Amino acid sequence: MGKLKIFLIFIALLINSALLAYSSDPKEFVGELVNDAIDTLSDKSLSKEEKAKFVEKMALENVDIKALSLYTLGELRKSTEKEKINQYQITFEKYFLKSLTSRLTDYSDSKFDIIDSEQKSSSYTIVNSKVVPEDGSPEIKIDWRIYTKNPEKPLIRDLIVEGLSLARTQKEEFASILSSNDNNIDSLINKLKEFIEK
Amino acid sequence: MQVIKNFKLLFILITISVLFVTKAKSSDECFENVSRTIFKFNMALDDIILEPVAKGYNKLPDSFKQGTSNFTSNISTLLSIPNNILQGNFSQLGHSLGSFVVNSSVGVLGIFNPAEKIGLKPNKEDVGQTLGTYGVGPGCYFVLPVLGPTTARDSLGMIADSFIDPFAQITIREKEILSTSGNTFDYYSVKATTAIDFRADNDKNFESLEKNSIDLYSSFKSIYLQDRENKIKNSKTSKDDWENLDN
Repeated sequence: MGKLKIFLIFIALLINSALLAYSSDPKEFVGELVNDAIDTLSDKSLSKEEKAKFVEKMALENVDIKALSLYTLGELRKSTEKEKINQYQITFEKYFLKSLTSRLTDYSDSKFDIIDSEQKSSSYTIVNSKVVPEDGSPEIKIDWRIYTKNPEKPLIRDLIVEGLSLARTQKEEFASILSSNDNNIDSLINKLKEFIEK
Repeated sequence: MQVIKNFKLLFILITISVLFVTKAKSSDECFENVSRTIFKFNMALDDIILEPVAKGYNKLPDSFKQGTSNFTSNISTLLSIPNNILQGNFSQLGHSLGSFVVNSSVGVLGIFNPAEKIGLKPNKEDVGQTLGTYGVGPGCYFVLPVLGPTTARDSLGMIADSFIDPFAQITIREKEILSTSGNTFDYYSVKATTAIDFRADNDKNFESLEKNSIDLYSSFKSIYLQDRENKIKNSKTSKDDWENLDN
């Protein structure tokens, strides 16, 4: 009887976690994730802190922050010792979450539509979408670079807003800081820390 | 006459220098320290003048803003026409010509945009983009006072624009085309309105960028260069360099 109880609890947990997770199909994944975000961020009963917590959780589970941190480091990731990279990645994650929550908690009502998707390779699918702000502003085209190396767990690696890659902008911003500081990763980490503590 | 001679000399000098510097990568700086100082000056100018004007402009009725945006956009289509020819892009030439004719007439001097409803969607083209389609690289990057980010190629293009743009011809060059003429004030009024409309449209993006950048100068540089690449390709896709990252 005891074993059956444990088994049933395990099954219930499994079903519950499956219900919380988004689809493994990249197109559906983006659609479900964004609609979930829109529902939460436009919920007037939630406080700014609750929304920030939601954004953080959503990002930690669905954005490939580790890969993003390596990408934004550029070629320096190959020549930097592992310990330093780890230190950078921890700081980058905090920086990324702070920057993301600051952008998203001021969300204004918009309509979101998935237009299409294109599988670029076994590791990548680009999902095309558009956002139509309800204040009458022009619609915004957003492409999502989805990493699909693990087909069961797609992850967001980049957003391309009207052709402008957020990851590339970040990478070039970091490259400028590094090049004006003799490619010293500590200077970049310090800059990120300054932003986090701001 | 002397002014024209000086201008020709300046044009030749810029052409020669651009031929050399366009071999540089777009990420290379022409003179970074000077550019960063000019960038700070431009940001101060934005804080004092452009941002407050843009915020005021955003409070105007949507129909007014849309009409203004359509009007300036219709005038800028004029510059696309000679560039469509220079690029040999005759499909786009049809869009540009058709859009300008329809919007200037049915659309009441371009205030409305009926051309879009019948499928005419011209891309904005300038000489910098035309040179890009010829394979001329962007050259080094720098920032101009008031005008903002540019590259060696695009700054040369900007000068050339004023020679082939029919609107510049009838205003700053005071020529008459199809019995239409204007003056320098008309030219700069339209350019200033275009800048205010753009700034107002992107007000939230500017705020977010200022708030979240750790090096605002580099963010603007990256966005400018990506945008120019896309405009030359007439596409809104980003360069793919993620495959290098295999983890």
